[in-house]
Amino acid sequence: MSDQPDMNEFSARSPDTLERVRVGLAARYRRERRFRMYGLMSTCLGLLFVLFLFVSIISNGYTAFWQTQVRLEIDFDAQLIDPDGTGDAKIIGSANFDKLVRTAVGQLFPEVTDRRGRRSLNRLMSAGAGFELREMTLADPALIGTRQTLWLPADDEVDMLIKGYIDRDVPEGSRRIKDQQILWVDALIADERIERQFNTDFFRLGDSREPELAGIGGAIKGSFFMLVVTIALSFPLGVAAAVYLEEFAPKNRWVDVLEVNINNLAAVPSIVFGLLGLAVFINFFGLPRSAPLVGGLVLTLMTLPTIIIASRAAIKSVPPSVRQAALGVGASQMQTVFHHVIPLAMPGMLTGAIIGMARALGESAPLLMIGMIAFIVEVPGTPLEPSTALPVQIYLWADSPERAFVERTSAAIMVLLAFLLVMNGAAIWMRKRFERRW
Amino acid sequence: MLFKPSFVKLLVVAAGISLVSAPSFGQAARNYISIVGSSTVYPFATVVAEQFGRTSDFRTPKIESTGSGGGLKLFCSGVGVDHPDIANSSRRIKSSEVEKCNSNGVTEIVEVKIGYDGIVLANSSDAKVLSVSLKDIFLALAKDVPDPSGAEKLVPNPYQKWSDINPVLPATVIEVLGPPPTSGTRDAFVELAMEGGCKQFAWIKAIKAKDKSRFKAICHGVREDGRYVEAGENDNLIVQKLRANTDALGIFGFSFLDQNADVVQGSRIGGSAPTFEAIASGEYAVSRPLYFYVKKAHVDAIPGVRDYLAEFTSERAMGEEGYLSDRGLIPLPADEYEAVVSSVRDLQNLSLAAN
Repeated sequence: MSDQPDMNEFSARSPDTLERVRVGLAARYRRERRFRMYGLMSTCLGLLFVLFLFVSIISNGYTAFWQTQVRLEIDFDAQLIDPDGTGDAKIIGSANFDKLVRTAVGQLFPEVTDRRGRRSLNRLMSAGAGFELREMTLADPALIGTRQTLWLPADDEVDMLIKGYIDRDVPEGSRRIKDQQILWVDALIADERIERQFNTDFFRLGDSREPELAGIGGAIKGSFFMLVVTIALSFPLGVAAAVYLEEFAPKNRWVDVLEVNINNLAAVPSIVFGLLGLAVFINFFGLPRSAPLVGGLVLTLMTLPTIIIASRAAIKSVPPSVRQAALGVGASQMQTVFHHVIPLAMPGMLTGAIIGMARALGESAPLLMIGMIAFIVEVPGTPLEPSTALPVQIYLWADSPERAFVERTSAAIMVLLAFLLVMNGAAIWMRKRFERRW
Repeated sequence: MLFKPSFVKLLVVAAGISLVSAPSFGQAARNYISIVGSSTVYPFATVVAEQFGRTSDFRTPKIESTGSGGGLKLFCSGVGVDHPDIANSSRRIKSSEVEKCNSNGVTEIVEVKIGYDGIVLANSSDAKVLSVSLKDIFLALAKDVPDPSGAEKLVPNPYQKWSDINPVLPATVIEVLGPPPTSGTRDAFVELAMEGGCKQFAWIKAIKAKDKSRFKAICHGVREDGRYVEAGENDNLIVQKLRANTDALGIFGFSFLDQNADVVQGSRIGGSAPTFEAIASGEYAVSRPLYFYVKKAHVDAIPGVRDYLAEFTSERAMGEEGYLSDRGLIPLPADEYEAVVSSVRDLQNLSLAAN
């Protein structure tokens, strides 16, 4: 049946109504277009801010993925490392590897002989060069007594100069790298002894006060441990709570109160969970401060409400006909839930869990209370060892005076953003792939 | 089906077990030093800790940046592996904190003064160097100032431009970016620079003897009409803002000036520029001592504490040409340094009466 006859009848009855509609039509279209424009404009504005954020972070940070290295001929002098040829790791480990680096640099510029000159010449190389040689020798004692050509990290000031963050035109007194050092660096460049190489240390090492040795390896591992603890606890607990509340709980006032509280908890500022964690897990149970285990427990508390809410919504969206059919063929209530409701609700629950995890990954405030805002050099091996997390590492670096930490801060943000992007992408993919519409 | 039911059950059981058994993970022993405290001392302590960790057989100490007050509170909460061994502080420990320590069984504390930190007032290198007196700083930043007419009463700060305070100063609007009240840098700046200028008014100084809290309120009150901008705890941010706004001044620690000398310059205060030498000699007025405190009961209980103390107080760290001075710490004068080294060697107990 078409509207046409009705319409005619209607216009016949009141001829001026249609007229009024026609008169207002242009204005209505205009209003519609304007409204769309507003929407488009706010979307564009939002995109602009995101673009600005990305451009500023990436332009500040991409250089941190490359590190200036200097090619040196290192003499693994047996006299210096292990004079008696014992091969004992303890003796080798305590040898003065810095001296090997200093000797190699000195050989490149034999004309520098005075103490001051040698000192500033040695400053061209990172303190990490010696540590690297120590590690190499400990891993392969056969190196002792040989002569190797190696790429070793340059000092952060040299790195900043090579990357163009230091203006050569400002007066010498106002920059930390001196004219003489710039001349040496230029000589090294002319000799093709300086190269920017991919900065694997950045992903491998823990924190350091030498920017060229500072990495996010420790922070990534800390964040990983925390997320493992968080997902292992919050997902089963959250799903169990959601299933109970949706499928089994009686409908009464207490359950209503519970529901209000869960929704309320989802909005509680995260620092409050940090305080709770400090009081309960550290002060009462005596768990160690700064441990990812405690961090994970605190983040569990924080993500639980999110997961419960998402899981309940997913369970609710499973049509009652599925349950009725299962019950109808003789399944028990538990069989109905485990064989039908949970599998059908799983994509929604997992999506909620992943989004909760992404939020937990970016969280730093509750970690403040439990001592994870700390300087930790060693990469943690277990969830009980002290550790930091990615957002905390960003916070700590952002506050460091050394210039080279600016790019590292941005680089760490890029890594964090990449993780978040992958997690949220996975959530969307999962929803698209497994979601069923009824 | 995405998950087998048994898998879900397993997860629930595993979660239950781990929750119940969590308390048994308690901290039996600790094989690393735990340090808490001031964010001002943090950049220096971390350098020593890293050096210590890399050159000794001990693990690298863990250093939390909690602020001086928070750190001392944790430090004083008791003896044992659950409590930190060392607290860094950008001010001296207070007698109330020592009492708190004592009541929790922390009776023997060793104080180590590590050096000085200068607080600078700086602007962009593109602007002219400002030269102010402590009195100018007080008049520019105080909430209430003495009546410009000379009467002995306070009026809300009327000064809008530096030249209003002192005709020799530039005719630019007063705009100072500084840390918020929670910051130790702010405390020290207020105490050293503003109170220093405030005391130069004889009648305000006279109040101190009669009513100490009123004196504090006058001298420590920072104006809130937008001329002083709280720029957050991040000193790097202040440096960046100064580059963008050449009329603005910023307040931050000397180490940030030292690292950014190509973009910002320190103002002369009382005729003295904030250089390494001027702060070390005491000629530059706005500087404060930095400390850390060690729990004596932990010295032999936690591996490495004694060696960490030795590393920190060594000539190559704290000494005049040590690596800490490269990071912007102003070293102690030779006689004070000797005293610190010997007191650390003997682990002398803190006595607040000494200074």
